[in-house]
Amino acid sequence: MLALLHDLTDPWREPLLRRAFLEVALLGLAGGAMGCWVVLYRLSYSAESLAHSLLPGLVLAALLGLPLLLGGAAGILVAALAVALAARTPVIGRDTAVAIVVTTLFGLGALLALSADSPPGLDGLLFGDVLGVDDGDLWLAGGLVVALGVVLGLGHHRLLAVGLDRLSAPSLGIRAGVVDAVLLVALAATLLVAVQGLGNLLVVALLVAPALTAGRFTRRMGPMIAVSMAVAVLGGWGGLYLSYHAGIAAGASVAGVLCVVALLSVALTRRRRSPRTRRGARSRAPSPRTSPSAPAGR
Amino acid sequence: MTALVRCEGLAVAYPGRPPALTGVSFAAPAGVRVAVLGPNGGGKTTLFRALLGELPAAAGTLDVARCAVVPQTERSRLDFPVSALDVAVMGALSRLPWWRRPGRAERAKAAEALERVGLGDRIDHTFGDLSGGQRQRVLVARALVQDAPVLLLDEPFSGLDTASTDRLERLLADLAAEGRTLLIATHDVDQARTWDLVLCVNRHQIAYGPPAETLTLPVLEETYGASLLALPGSDGQVVCPPHHHDHGDHDHDHAH
Repeated sequence: MLALLHDLTDPWREPLLRRAFLEVALLGLAGGAMGCWVVLYRLSYSAESLAHSLLPGLVLAALLGLPLLLGGAAGILVAALAVALAARTPVIGRDTAVAIVVTTLFGLGALLALSADSPPGLDGLLFGDVLGVDDGDLWLAGGLVVALGVVLGLGHHRLLAVGLDRLSAPSLGIRAGVVDAVLLVALAATLLVAVQGLGNLLVVALLVAPALTAGRFTRRMGPMIAVSMAVAVLGGWGGLYLSYHAGIAAGASVAGVLCVVALLSVALTRRRRSPRTRRGARSRAPSPRTSPSAPAGR
Repeated sequence: MTALVRCEGLAVAYPGRPPALTGVSFAAPAGVRVAVLGPNGGGKTTLFRALLGELPAAAGTLDVARCAVVPQTERSRLDFPVSALDVAVMGALSRLPWWRRPGRAERAKAAEALERVGLGDRIDHTFGDLSGGQRQRVLVARALVQDAPVLLLDEPFSGLDTASTDRLERLLADLAAEGRTLLIATHDVDQARTWDLVLCVNRHQIAYGPPAETLTLPVLEETYGASLLALPGSDGQVVCPPHHHDHGDHDHDHAH
């Protein structure tokens, strides 16, 4: 028992790890909330693509000694424009355009990062360096949590309305295009900040896995977001403990634990969900096919 | 009686295209149910979008009171984690500034609207778990929360069974009796006969008036074109637009 307590408290003695725990908690709050909208709006692939395509921007910023945030932002902007341009070419579909642009940019970034002349440590951009975060990173993550809280809080009902039925949003006084744009900017901001802790390749786990887990256990958006944030923070901490005690890479442990939790939740709820669905189907009135097709009042 | 919807020579076009609907002239007073009949692609949805102000008038004039839409329930995503109340509350968004979240007053109003459509006991149910008819009534409740004197309903009866259809029919009759104007896009000519007015469109307005005078064979043929079928043995008096019906007796009123 005491040994377990030591296992849990030991990492907190080290300033480096204390910072990592705080960073993962802040990113978990942001990613857990943002991820619910990403999953519901079916933006998981877009999120992954955006995260990958900002690599060359990050590498260039690192090589030039500029702030990573600046490079990442420029990278996302270039990627968005390139996707928009490629998608306008008639022979390329949108899906293909995203894939082409993302692999091109990611390849370019890898080329820059892994060339012999590059300073060491750039692989941290790929897999993250959560143990290397400084005070500035923590303030940035804190600012992201506050900003997302305001934006997602104010936009909650409009996001729900557009997600439920985009076409009838205008009749509710909602501009779906504006809601989409706000959501994408919030997603880009989340990726930019989280990428520095978890890296290009692993950051999507933080967005998708906790939201997927939460969706299996909740039936309303509010509780789903709350559970998703809790799963992201606790799962992220679990990953840090695993990394500390097993001596393995921190970012990969965080992503791994979150994904295992998501897979387990899907496996555990598969059986639980089906009876409810069947009950729902039974409680409905007979379908039009099985009833005489006479209209009302006859 | 003043008209809540009035069009004069209205033409509507999507940006950069020739008009999708022309020559629409009609006036609908308060308290009536207007059936909007026409083939798919005939301009029913285009007309609704013009009435909502989503599409500008390419020609003619349009004078309409505030409209709320009841969309087709098939268009909603059923996997969304929202309750019936959440959906009804969305009706309040049109009158809230973007920085205001719906509060207690809006929720109370949405609950009242759900009560009004007979779903007072389903407020906390997940929207996607409700039956098609119940979902359609939730969307009616959402439109009621918008407090609009004109309701535009987009094929509200499609996919509903007899009991749900009956229930929705009664609700729409009540809403009209309270002084609202209802424009109801439908494919069901039999149903249209039981309402107050009929508007037939097929890229242009073909006829408008009480059903008994309007729903003649020539008008229906022009409205539905080649897709119209005369029922066998009905000596051409009974016609059947794309939707089928297996009965021939139409000379009776509906009891509501």
